Amino acid sequence: MNVTIVDYQSGNISSVINSFTEVAKRKVNLKVTSDIKKIKLSDKIVLPGQGSFKSCVDSLKSINGLADTLKEFAITNNKPLLGICVGLQMFADVGYEEEETEGLGWIPGKVSKIDNQNGKFKLPHIGWNEIEIQKESKIFKDIKNKSHMYFVHSYEFIPEDKSVISATTDYSSKIVCSIERDNLFGTQFHPEKSDKIGLKIIDNFMKL
Amino acid sequence: MLKNRIIPCLDVKNGRVVKGINFVELKDAGDPVEQAKIYSDGGADEICFLDITASNENRETIIDIVRKTGKECFVPLTVGGGVRTIQNITDLLLAGADKVSINTAAVKDVSFVKEASKKFGSQCIVVAIDAKKVSDNKWEVFTHGGRNKTGIDAVEFAEQVETNGAGEILLTSMDRDGTKSGYDVELLKLITNKTNIPVIASGGVGTLDHLYDGIVKGGASAVLAASIFHYGEYKIKEAKEYLNSKNVSVRL
Repeated sequence: MNVTIVDYQSGNISSVINSFTEVAKRKVNLKVTSDIKKIKLSDKIVLPGQGSFKSCVDSLKSINGLADTLKEFAITNNKPLLGICVGLQMFADVGYEEEETEGLGWIPGKVSKIDNQNGKFKLPHIGWNEIEIQKESKIFKDIKNKSHMYFVHSYEFIPEDKSVISATTDYSSKIVCSIERDNLFGTQFHPEKSDKIGLKIIDNFMKL
Repeated sequence: MLKNRIIPCLDVKNGRVVKGINFVELKDAGDPVEQAKIYSDGGADEICFLDITASNENRETIIDIVRKTGKECFVPLTVGGGVRTIQNITDLLLAGADKVSINTAAVKDVSFVKEASKKFGSQCIVVAIDAKKVSDNKWEVFTHGGRNKTGIDAVEFAEQVETNGAGEILLTSMDRDGTKSGYDVELLKLITNKTNIPVIASGGVGTLDHLYDGIVKGGASAVLAASIFHYGEYKIKEAKEYLNSKNVSVRL
């Protein structure tokens, strides 16, 4: 099996590479690339994302044909793709970090700043928070409800269709922290930094 | 609910773990990669490396340690000490650090914080503020392990780094560091009230009650400690169970 971590210069992806490498061991052929030909030949794709929504979208769109290739892979061909953090947020139509920026438009919705309730909640939302599972999800196999995951973000994805939400977390409000629609997966938290339980989620994705 | 974090810090010199009393008397005690793994297996919420030799020696040693640690530990890793340039940050992040902590370079020119957070995202930029009490209700920023006075007010500086895009503040009381007499709760309270980003308390932990004070009285989002964990006085798990028993929410 070929799993590709998309490297589109979106900031620090070392931890994603380390964790996927740990889970993959020798069973999976793991590639880190932005080469469209290699992406097309993959069985699964991981789309990481760090920094701002705008900087990630700009980097991704600056690589000729990448956005279309990913869309063809995940949407047209319905093959497994996991977006992490801003990787998930980019599924939206639009994001408001820095300035209004068009997303990939795969899942109708927007990405806006978490309401800090006049300073009552510190931002970024950094640290370990419990996830509340909202629906059965293939990547949550053997993951207990209220498991702790590691978060670091100030913006949240608000999808129009609530049925895509597979988990939420409580911070200021119920923040969408995981989505699943067919073979399209996304986590706002960082499975790669969420210790053994995070590695289990990565393993579940690899085993799809 | 977001949990309060417990962060063991490993001071690293020449690739080995040390912990000084007021940064002076250093003891050699272990391999950083192995220590980090023990902490992460023991439930540490994050790991912090502070490279105390970075100022004047080769940076490759710490980068190599970060690289090895990243392959063994799957919790966030923060690295500080001698982070002065965009290239320093790039090197550490590429090696596997999740966050870098900037100290002197931020004091010298706060726009470096802005440049770094713009390039890498606020999520990976921690600004380490070393503060010393200079008069009633007044704390000043110090650099170089507490040796250099800067004349900069610690509270104003904390607000400034927030404005410039820091994702977190690592606040160390230079009066308390190494004394085991507890965090400077007054300083913590002041800065956690004035800023809207998470503050990590550091400097002075000697008992588990000190961790409680940092979170509950000082308002810190995370507590950092070195020697109480490093010399085996307490295990991370004991610290968490203790806090939990006093109704402080932690990841168990």
